[in-house]
Amino acid sequence: MTSSTITLPEKTPPLKAESRKLDFYYGAFKALKGITMPVFENKVTALIGPSGCGKSTFLRCFNRMHDLYAGHRYDGGIQLLPDDVNLLDPQVDPIEVRMRISMVFQKPNPFPKSIYENVAYGLRVRGEKSRSYLDDKVEATLKGAALWEEVKDRLNELAVNLSGGQQQRLCIARALATDPEIILFDEPTSALDPIATGSIEELVGQIKDKVTVLIVTHNMQQAARVSDYTAYMYLGDLVEFGETKKLFMKPQRKETEDYITGRFG
Amino acid sequence: MATPGKAHEIRAIIRRHKRWDLIFGLMGLASLSVAILTLLALFTDMALSGIPRLDADFFTSFPSRRAGQAGILSAWVGSVLVMLVTAFVAVPVGIAGAIYLEEYAPKNWFTDLIEINITNLAGVPSIIYGLLALGLFVYTFGLGQSILTAGLTLALLILPIVITTTREALRSIPQHVREGAYACGASQWQVVHDHLLPYSTPGILTGVIIGLSRAIGETAPIITIGALTFIAFLPPVPLSGDPAAGLFDWLFSPFTVMPIQIFNWTSRPDTSFQQNAAAASFVLIFMTLGMNAIAIWLRYRLRKNIKW
Repeated sequence: MTSSTITLPEKTPPLKAESRKLDFYYGAFKALKGITMPVFENKVTALIGPSGCGKSTFLRCFNRMHDLYAGHRYDGGIQLLPDDVNLLDPQVDPIEVRMRISMVFQKPNPFPKSIYENVAYGLRVRGEKSRSYLDDKVEATLKGAALWEEVKDRLNELAVNLSGGQQQRLCIARALATDPEIILFDEPTSALDPIATGSIEELVGQIKDKVTVLIVTHNMQQAARVSDYTAYMYLGDLVEFGETKKLFMKPQRKETEDYITGRFG
Repeated sequence: MATPGKAHEIRAIIRRHKRWDLIFGLMGLASLSVAILTLLALFTDMALSGIPRLDADFFTSFPSRRAGQAGILSAWVGSVLVMLVTAFVAVPVGIAGAIYLEEYAPKNWFTDLIEINITNLAGVPSIIYGLLALGLFVYTFGLGQSILTAGLTLALLILPIVITTTREALRSIPQHVREGAYACGASQWQVVHDHLLPYSTPGILTGVIIGLSRAIGETAPIITIGALTFIAFLPPVPLSGDPAAGLFDWLFSPFTVMPIQIFNWTSRPDTSFQQNAAAASFVLIFMTLGMNAIAIWLRYRLRKNIKW
């Protein structure tokens, strides 16, 4: 394990979560090696690095997505603040974690249900039945995801008939509807065209007032555009973490510099 | 690069490859024709001798010693009731089993064993199911040679079909849809109930209908458990008659089914009974086709709403 270089500004924002010496294994393969890094509240933190560096694996630890598959093992922890609970503690129910931390996936994955039902699903899972509450919440959330104007007349139509970019914004709305504390984005624009990508990036910038954002991207320009903090990972190690501007302008580590200047990756 | 000589060679290669396309296409068409034409010939022959015999009386008469007065009332009622019991048992048990195996069961040697067994069960000759039912349902449980016994037997027979097709349907749901549901905080049962079941309904329906179509034509296991071949009364209608029949008395009634009636008629020397058999076969085929048509229609309607 190589040690990570973490450069923090003098005055840091409040912490929302902190990964502490997190190891993760797929069977015998060690995919994450002692990741220690902060996640600041109401900031966008980007995870970058070449394919296979573990950035998606790390992201999926935050909502215990790995628990769905056999052969996973966590070691170390991710503390969620303010209640200082370890998300990876076997005593903590992964369903509780996913109710507090939602996720947007690489490929838009709306359910083959209506637009309305897609947005309302998280609330329905929590047992919400009041039609008027759901109506209000769906409208507010779709407005928040900059989709309301496009879909307000066809809320009962199938979500899969929307364009790819609209589907992804719908998935963001679905993730936002339950007022999560953190929202995870796993390469959310890799299946989208540049215009749709632009609108998603804009949306990410808008929602951070309400929610802490963690975003995996293979696109360094995207990381530079949308994030406040950036973590560069390589082969399961966190190489460097710091303010995005500083990390891109003046990386402390040679490996980071090679990657962001395109000499490697 | 692409000199005229080369282009000439390339065209020769393509011609050679295309010749194989043509040969394979013709072979496929030929084998398909053999199957379709045989079926068509059988069907036409049956229709020609059977259709003149089909009238309202044929459906509303009990079997008789006189071919001209014999009908299939007890047989089609029996078939419908047995199918009801079969579906009522096989569908929930089969779907539940498939969901357990696909979504809940840990992947270990025990579930592997169950899987191998289910696959093998689909290949067990149906008469074996009849013998099992005779020993288990008729003698051990004392259910008698009844509609209930027949329904349960056929349910066992089609259970592997229902389980296998349900599992296929569940497996065809992309993993990213499951992950999306889990990421919303859904529990496993919520994922099954809100997503997997509705999305796999078209596939499950197909399996159920294929199973029932097979069950409705089964003769051997039904004979083994002792269905009657000549029966001139219907199972009691619930809450009718004097004393009033119970709601479930019909389950324990003796019965016959279409294939047995057909079998009975074909084994008689009198040719006018052969005509009855042809007519009854015609009806049975239409019952099967009807079920298939409903399945295809339902599947088409439901599938329109499911895209990934």
